[in-house]
Amino acid sequence: MFPELNNLLNTTPDRAEQGKLTLLCDAKTDGSFLVHHFLSFYLRANCKVCFVALIQSFSHYNIVGQKLGVSLTTARERGQLVLLEGLKSSVDVFFRAQEEPHPLQFLREANAETLQPLYEFVQEALKPVDSEEAVWRYPVLLVDDLSVLLSLGVGAVAVLDFVHYCRATVCWKLKGSMVALVHDTGDAEDEENDILLNGLSHQSHLILRAEGLVTGFCRDVHGQLTILWRRPLQPTAQREQSLTYQYKIQDKNVSFFARGMSPAVL
Amino acid sequence: MAAVETCGTGAGGTGFMAAATSKNNVTGFQRKGPRAGGTDSSGSRLVSIAGTRPSVRNGQLLVSTGLPALDQLLGGGLAVGTVLLIEEDKYNIYSPLLFKYFLAEGIISRHTLLVASAKEDPADILQELPAPFLDDNCKKEFDEDTCNHKTPEPNIEMKIAWRYQLLPKMEAGPVSSSRFGHYYDVSKRIPQELLEASKWHGFFLPEKLSLSLKVEHCSLTHGYLKLLNFIQSIIYEEGFDGSNPQKKQKNILRIGIQNLGSPLWGDDICCTENCNNSHSLTKFLYVLRGLLRTSLSACVITVPSHLIQNKAVIARVTNLSDTVVGLESFIGSEKETNPLYKDYHVLPWKPLKTEQLI
Repeated sequence: MFPELNNLLNTTPDRAEQGKLTLLCDAKTDGSFLVHHFLSFYLRANCKVCFVALIQSFSHYNIVGQKLGVSLTTARERGQLVLLEGLKSSVDVFFRAQEEPHPLQFLREANAETLQPLYEFVQEALKPVDSEEAVWRYPVLLVDDLSVLLSLGVGAVAVLDFVHYCRATVCWKLKGSMVALVHDTGDAEDEENDILLNGLSHQSHLILRAEGLVTGFCRDVHGQLTILWRRPLQPTAQREQSLTYQYKIQDKNVSFFARGMSPAVL
Repeated sequence: MAAVETCGTGAGGTGFMAAATSKNNVTGFQRKGPRAGGTDSSGSRLVSIAGTRPSVRNGQLLVSTGLPALDQLLGGGLAVGTVLLIEEDKYNIYSPLLFKYFLAEGIISRHTLLVASAKEDPADILQELPAPFLDDNCKKEFDEDTCNHKTPEPNIEMKIAWRYQLLPKMEAGPVSSSRFGHYYDVSKRIPQELLEASKWHGFFLPEKLSLSLKVEHCSLTHGYLKLLNFIQSIIYEEGFDGSNPQKKQKNILRIGIQNLGSPLWGDDICCTENCNNSHSLTKFLYVLRGLLRTSLSACVITVPSHLIQNKAVIARVTNLSDTVVGLESFIGSEKETNPLYKDYHVLPWKPLKTEQLI
């Protein structure tokens, strides 16, 4: 987790809010650093995390996690982290016939109508186990990312249904939180992705949007991050608040600064 | 900490695209020790494979694309376990050249090749590979080895440095070139001896299509399905995914797929905007990515993206690849007469997308 981002979001692992849906969005850049941030943040906060990792392999997240100070292998062994490795499982699902329904069953179907097996996997992973005496604080679902499901033949409505079911279970019933990454394809006229993005934007409490700079690639400023707080949980809180920062990704950290205030420029 | 992992754990990790000038890379220096794996319980030792080198940024294993300039653009080379997508230029002149450089580099480095095409027979593609520029050392060894290929080594005992007697003798192949990245002479063909000494598998779609269609996976185009099964069988049978631990020498599988997405593969994304099986190519790329991440292989795919009508599909295909390089040829455009570009034929785009690791 990045301490500067925690300051911007005004949270710490001890005081993390529950029952929230956080939407991560990236446009013309790679927003995966946000996924790594939240993964290490919630592991540090002693939450039980279910990570649906569809884009990269486990070792990738592990290497980055070690740089950020959490060990995914240890978390997995302790039972704190349940990880669905999409790439490895896809090879299993695709080439070997499965007896019981697999969370990635939709890979074998022409038009996947529903993501129910995936939802059942999440439900199973995060359900409270009675034998543990509440070791973990609250469950968290992290998805990286939802746009790839559209590439794999799942319809936008099916993905929205999946998110809705997960929210109902994780955020409302189990009082946990949910974080998901969606790509913003901008002018690529990807209607399904736009439906997904707009639908999720309306449902989320917090939106973090990483964009590349309009002027192109820059060595010192890698992009711009917009933080939008929607739906404040307390009715008396202020209305929507939005802040914009620019960032630079370094080896183990991401530094944030106000627009135009990059140390390289000043 | 985990520098380079062998194929048992999966070649994960990605390179960091940023300034060539380094930032605080405390972890840039990776110690390669017997416990380099970290995640693998069998304590996998770091084995150095010919034609590869670890990245200086994060210790990831890299192979050369055959063009040292492209290697530099990619940050040292192509990472093992990733896909390089080349968006073809309009008249398809330069992308086959990049494709051939990649394959030729594989032959020189003694990697195993897998060539897939729907247009040309892979054997013909391999015949047309460019010849490498070998410097004098390599040429001398090459000549010597072809002569002394069969004579047994005389058993000379070392008298002074007798400890070195115990070390294994270095195996010199037909081209014992341990360099990373070579230069090629496009006007000459690769020597037949090199081709014959190399190991390659070809996938020529018209030969592989059979009439029996198993209707199980109706989501993928038949050609893509056959290709995926072929790749998976090669990876499994030859042990690139670590399934045969008794194999003594680890090697890299270089996969080259030409003109993926073109109508010759049976896909219609280049024909119409609202295509029926628009998910075929993206699903193929996803499963291919899964296969690559769990094996010691690197893949170069050329895609005629200028023919794809649906911009959304291009965006999705780009997102599913690890590195994308686009080629824009100057032929026929006004840039050809622009004096600024008079020495160049092709403008490679800045990598549209490269992997980032924090």
